[in-house]
Amino acid sequence: MSELHDCRNAFASALEDIARGDSRVVVLCNDSVTSAKLSHFAEEFPERLFNIGIAEQNMVGMASGMANGGKIPFVAAAACFLTARPLEQIKNDVAYTDTNVKLCGVSTGLAYGPLGGTHHSIEDIAWLRAIANMTIIVPADPLETEQAVRAAADFIGPVYLRLSRMGVPVVHDAGYRFEIGKAVRLRDGKDVTLAACGTLVPRALAAASMLEEEGIQARVINVATIKPIDREAIVEAAEETGGIVTAEEHTIYGGFGSAVAEVVATTHPVPMRILGVPGVFAPTGSPEFLFEHFGLTPQGIRDAARELVESEGSQ
Amino acid sequence: MPIDSQALHKKAYEIRQRNLIMIYEAGGGHTGGDLSSADILAALYLNGVLNVDPKNPRAPDRDRFFMSKGHGSGLLYTTLAFAGFFPEEELATFMKPLSRLNGHPHVDVPGVEANTGALGHGLPMAVGAALAAKMDGASWRTFVLTGDGELQEGSNWEAAMAAAQYQLDNLTLIVDRNRLQMVDRTERIIGLEPLADKWHAFGWSVREINGHDHAEIVQTLSGVPFEIGKPNCVIAYTHKGEGVSFIKDRAGWHHRVPTEEELGAALEELRGAAQ
Repeated sequence: MSELHDCRNAFASALEDIARGDSRVVVLCNDSVTSAKLSHFAEEFPERLFNIGIAEQNMVGMASGMANGGKIPFVAAAACFLTARPLEQIKNDVAYTDTNVKLCGVSTGLAYGPLGGTHHSIEDIAWLRAIANMTIIVPADPLETEQAVRAAADFIGPVYLRLSRMGVPVVHDAGYRFEIGKAVRLRDGKDVTLAACGTLVPRALAAASMLEEEGIQARVINVATIKPIDREAIVEAAEETGGIVTAEEHTIYGGFGSAVAEVVATTHPVPMRILGVPGVFAPTGSPEFLFEHFGLTPQGIRDAARELVESEGSQ
Repeated sequence: MPIDSQALHKKAYEIRQRNLIMIYEAGGGHTGGDLSSADILAALYLNGVLNVDPKNPRAPDRDRFFMSKGHGSGLLYTTLAFAGFFPEEELATFMKPLSRLNGHPHVDVPGVEANTGALGHGLPMAVGAALAAKMDGASWRTFVLTGDGELQEGSNWEAAMAAAQYQLDNLTLIVDRNRLQMVDRTERIIGLEPLADKWHAFGWSVREINGHDHAEIVQTLSGVPFEIGKPNCVIAYTHKGEGVSFIKDRAGWHHRVPTEEELGAALEELRGAAQ
C-alpha cells in the first residue's frame, strides 16, 4: 500500500489558502478546532474563526446569518454532530433559505470506530441528500479534497463536504481536476462497474486489480459528487458494463448506492449490488475492523462483483 | 420617516384590518399572533426604526429584521406591503397556489431575510448577522422578533449565550410576550417566568415595555444599544388578538379563521380603534 494521507490536512491548508485571498471566508466550529485541524487557521486568522461551543443548532443558524451578512461561512465539525442535531437548521436556514454556507463534516462514516454508534456518521448522506438545494461532495484523496474545498468556496449556495479522517492513498494523478457533478473513470473495464466514493475508492481500485487476475475487467468510477450525481457516467456504466457494484462508508439506505440505483432503475436497469453498512448500528472496533466486519474491503467488493458477474452469466 | 404615535396607531390598525381580510380570503393564517405583533411591526417598518429601503431591499448596509415567529407571515407581508416593498394588491394571493406569499415567510418576498416558520431559528441567524456586521465594523443593526412560547426551543438559549459572548450590542431581540401559545397559556405548559431575569442572567440588557404603546415601542427600539457591549432584549407585553374583543387573549384564535360575520364585527371594532 502506498503512503496514507489524512485528508483533513488538505482541507485545512486549502481553507487557509482560500481565506488568504478572500476576507469573506470565516470558520465556525463546535469546540472542534483540533479535530477539524483548524489550529493553524486559528493562529493565522484568530478574528475569523468562531468556536461556537457545544451548540450545533446555534452554530448552523449563525452560519446562515453570517452568510446573510456577506460572509462565506465554513462550518467544520464532526459529521455525526454537524448533521444530526441541527438538521432542521440545515434544512431551513441553509438549504431552504439558500444561504452560502459550507458544511464540512469531518471524521465521517466509521472513522470514530471504537467510540460507538453515537459517533459514527453513517446516515448523513441520506439525510442531506433528501434536502433540496444541497450539494454533497465526498472526496477520496488529498488532491480531490483540496480541489473540492476550492470548488465549494467558488460555488454560491449550500454545500456539504464529507471529509474522512482515515488514512487514504492517493488515487488521482497530479493533473486531476475535480468538478462538481462529474464522476471520473479511474480504470476502464467492460464486465462490471465498481462505483465508489470517499474511502471506498482505493478499495474499489484494489478490487478491480484482483478481479483482473480472475479474468474480470472491472471499470472503476469515483463518484465524488453524490448530489447532483453524474447521471451520464452512471448510465454509461450501466449500458457498457451491464452491472454495477456500489461501495460506501454509510448505511445502504438512502446513501450513495441508493442515489446510483435511482438513476439505474429509471434509465437503464442492470443488476446492482450495494455495499455499505447494512441497516444496523455498527459495533465497537477500530475503523479497519469495522470495514472488515461489513465487507468494505477489496476482497468484499471483489466477491460482490464476481457474484454479480457470475449470476448474470448463469442466466 | 418617523411619524407621530397617533399616526402610527392608525397605521397599525389599518394593517390589522387588511391582515384579517387577507386571512379571511386565504382561509388560513395566524389571527391571534398577527394582531399581537402588529404594533411592533408597524413601529419597525413605518416609523423609521429599521433602516431599510423598499426600493432596494437587499442593500448590503440595510438593517436586518428576522421574523422568527414565522407563523406571523400574514402580518409581516401586510406590513411590508404597507411599507412599499411590494404592491398591496398582491396580498390577495396569500397562500394561493404558487404565490410567493407562502404561509410562512420566504426570501422570494422582498424584505424577508430568511425562511422562518420552524420556531427557534430566528435568533441564531440574527446572532450570525450581527456578528458579521461587528466583524466589518458596519453600522447596520439586526432585529429579531420571537414569540414567547417559541422560547421553549433550546436553540434560543444557545444563541443567547453566543450573543453575550460576542458582545453583540448591535442585536435586538423583541419577545412578543402575549403569554399564550397555541393551545394554552405558556405558564401552564412550560413556564417562561421569570423571563426578564433569565435574559438578564444570560448577559443581555433587558427592557420591559407595553407592546401596544406606540410611543413606548418607538422610544425603546430607538434607544439601542441600551448598554455598550451587551445584546438588547425587549420584552413586549402584548395581548394575542389585540384590537378585537372576541379574539383577544383567547388561545382558540391561534390559527382560527374568522367567519364572514366575525370578520365584519372585527373590522368594525378595528375601524373604531383606528380613529
